[in-house]
Amino acid sequence: MKDKKDMRYIITKVGINILLFILAIVAIYPLYWLVLNSFKTNNELFTNSLAFPEVLSFNNYVLAWDRGLSKFFLNSVYVSILSVGLTVLLGALAAYGLSRFEFKAKKLIFILILGGLMLPEQVSLVPLYKLLQKIHLYNTHWAMIVPYVAFRIPFAVFLMRSYFLSFPKDIEEAAYIDGYGSFSIFLKIVLPISKPILAAAAIMTLNFVWNEFIFALVFVENENIMTIPIGLMSFKGKVRADWTILLAGITIASIPMVALYLSMQKQFVRGLMAGSTKG
Amino acid sequence: MKTRKSIPYIYVSAAFLLVMVFVYFPIMQNFYYSFLKLSSYSENVTFMGLANYKRLFVDPIFYIGLRNNILYAVISIIFQVGIGLVLAMLLESKYVGSLRGFFRSVFFVPCVISIAAVGLLWQFIYNPEVGLLNNFLKTIGLEMLAHPWLGDSKTAIYSIIGMSQWQWTGYIVMLFIVAIQKIPVQLYEAADIDGASGIQKALTITIPQVKEMTLVTSVITVIGSFKVFTEVYTMTLGGPGNSSHVLGTYLYETAFLYDELGYASTIGAIIFIITLATSILQIIISKSGEA
Repeated sequence: MKDKKDMRYIITKVGINILLFILAIVAIYPLYWLVLNSFKTNNELFTNSLAFPEVLSFNNYVLAWDRGLSKFFLNSVYVSILSVGLTVLLGALAAYGLSRFEFKAKKLIFILILGGLMLPEQVSLVPLYKLLQKIHLYNTHWAMIVPYVAFRIPFAVFLMRSYFLSFPKDIEEAAYIDGYGSFSIFLKIVLPISKPILAAAAIMTLNFVWNEFIFALVFVENENIMTIPIGLMSFKGKVRADWTILLAGITIASIPMVALYLSMQKQFVRGLMAGSTKG
Repeated sequence: MKTRKSIPYIYVSAAFLLVMVFVYFPIMQNFYYSFLKLSSYSENVTFMGLANYKRLFVDPIFYIGLRNNILYAVISIIFQVGIGLVLAMLLESKYVGSLRGFFRSVFFVPCVISIAAVGLLWQFIYNPEVGLLNNFLKTIGLEMLAHPWLGDSKTAIYSIIGMSQWQWTGYIVMLFIVAIQKIPVQLYEAADIDGASGIQKALTITIPQVKEMTLVTSVITVIGSFKVFTEVYTMTLGGPGNSSHVLGTYLYETAFLYDELGYASTIGAIIFIITLATSILQIIISKSGEA
């Protein structure tokens, strides 16, 4: 009787693990195929895309980098640093204001900022395009940075406000009695203890900004300003039949976020969870 | 804390102004634009009344786009929410031991890669000659199923939707895992005493306990399905023969290829109404305690 039950347990266990293994292969194989072929020559790709490369050469990576990807990459870094920095800073200020003070318009401002979470970017596309032209930001780095910050602030505020509400005001009040001003309390006490939530907000914003496509496509036409996702599209046109170089380019574009995720899974999941309860 | 009256406003003003000027204002303006004939190169503005809407409702490409967005939503709910929940339950079950973390990480990886990169990669995977998919079918002896996946107007949109399932299922699985971990252990212990089987426990405890997350993930996938753009833009540009257009790509094409900004805004207005209705539905359902 007991043996029979053990048998069934083992069979279920093996079955489920095999299923999950197959799914894990499905999830990872396209990425493996990408990296594998990015080391090959174009000929090798066409002969057999599943085979190993004859020599492991970083040639495609060097070519991709030299033929324009370095520029797109640097643009992405620049736009990301400014967008993430501003989103986290302005978001933290607003979240602190909304969690520590009572004032007349508080509820309205809170609802309006959080309501921004529900608004789809595409609906603003045409008017923003016109607006950015009118204020002469169109076709500059700021044509991406400003909309990114504005569209990510609601999430950052949402994430940080609940965190600020959850920790006690005692320390701040003591500092207040000692004669510190509100802003120095915010900078010297609140921000340092909030590092984990600032990190989660920064990572979620970075993941959005690094991968954002539609605003970057519409608000910038100068190749010297393009970020990586749009750059890849223009790169694709340039390398034409040199597919393995494009594969190397796709890999370069993907590495930063994969590396960030693998090294900071906890913050990713924290940000993710907060994002899912926004309703 | 007692402070000067202006202090809280100083804290919130920058964020508030940015959101107002660059999120709310454009979205409201989009509605105004949807009643106009508007071009990016001329200053001429003509008020059209409801003409753009009338035109939209007899525009066949609009219906192709709408249909493809709905297909996207239905298939994504089945795969990401339905199968995603089952996968999360399997991953959290006693049958999966030390490999749990490994599986979780692997399933999640595709969703941190940019959609543009994933779209370009999958163009190769679906490539009729060198592509991974046809090669794989040949290897396992199913050569007759090999197909120009993106080049055929019958399969293009399904191929794109398939790619999205690959990319996003792991994300939804992760959300369900966290929800499952929050279920009190006592519920399972009580069921164990009653001698409940694994499947019984899944049906009577886990699934009812993650109802709220099921609603949230459904809303995320439906809204996401109506905001699809990059996937289609990078893989087919809406082709072949408009067959894989979604509302987002049709909006883009109308605005920035044909320079009909007013008509494009009309499409934007429809996207807005659909996503807003979904959000409102979510609020109603979760308030009524059904979920």
